[in-house]
Amino acid sequence: MFQDVLGKTFRLLGYTLQYGCIAHCAFEYVGGIVVCSGPSMQPTIQNYDIVVLDNLSRHFYSIQKGDIVIAKSPSDPKSNICKRVIGLEGDKVCTSSPSNFLKNHSYVPKGHVWVEGDNLRNSTDSRRYGPIPYGLIRGRICFKNFPRLINFDEPLHTLLHFSCWHICALFIWMILPIKKKSWWRWGEG
Amino acid sequence: VLARLWVWAVSPRNPEQKIIKRVIALEGDIIKTIGYKKQYVKVPHGHMWVEGDHHGHSFDSNFFGPVSLGLLHARATHILWPPRRWQKLQPVLLPERTPLLTEQE
Repeated sequence: MFQDVLGKTFRLLGYTLQYGCIAHCAFEYVGGIVVCSGPSMQPTIQNYDIVVLDNLSRHFYSIQKGDIVIAKSPSDPKSNICKRVIGLEGDKVCTSSPSNFLKNHSYVPKGHVWVEGDNLRNSTDSRRYGPIPYGLIRGRICFKNFPRLINFDEPLHTLLHFSCWHICALFIWMILPIKKKSWWRWGEG
Repeated sequence: VLARLWVWAVSPRNPEQKIIKRVIALEGDIIKTIGYKKQYVKVPHGHMWVEGDHHGHSFDSNFFGPVSLGLLHARATHILWPPRRWQKLQPVLLPERTPLLTEQE
């Protein structure tokens, strides 16, 4: 009886490791689901919108001008920003805010991108902290058509940020072993 | 704590390149630079100042400025190859490269 339980526990751990590795590789290299928050990309992306992130374009260096990207914040590596790419390396960009009469222009340095939010009046972006290194970009938003879920509180949606697919993967892991016959035989002893 | 450690980061100038440098200063510290456009730099929030040990021949913060902490990938702990150079990388700072003013202590 004890050997039976031990064997099943090891098998369960094996499944967890297997699905955990697959899930991690998928989120890291392929893409994931992200909950966006904040007003800086309105009206394109509203508060609490759920979007699909594509990491492959980052790895193949195919981020284009006009793409909406998610990147690590240059001033706080633990938080992420969601902005639109306005200029790639070598491009000439306008660095002053729209209210300024005198326009300043500069060239985006090598290895950097210039990002701006769509809601120019309420966005902290490259006009504030300068161009961000390409290495900070995590992925490109490729699909945004999920219906808005219930309104989450501030700390809750921070928790869900980048962990939606992890929760889905865990859910799949919980369902799949149940379908195997050995799991049902455990109850029969 | 990152100070004085060897880190492996994505180069801010070329995202395809990884650089291994020593962390000299963290956010809030004031550092005296070698060959940078400003002689004294206060490392901004969320950034770090990295330098190679071979000054003058190193592609480091003295060339491209402070590096964002988000570009940090990992910490380099040992040299494995060639076998005659097998060693643990010590978190030691050369006395002439310590920050002038540090916010950490």
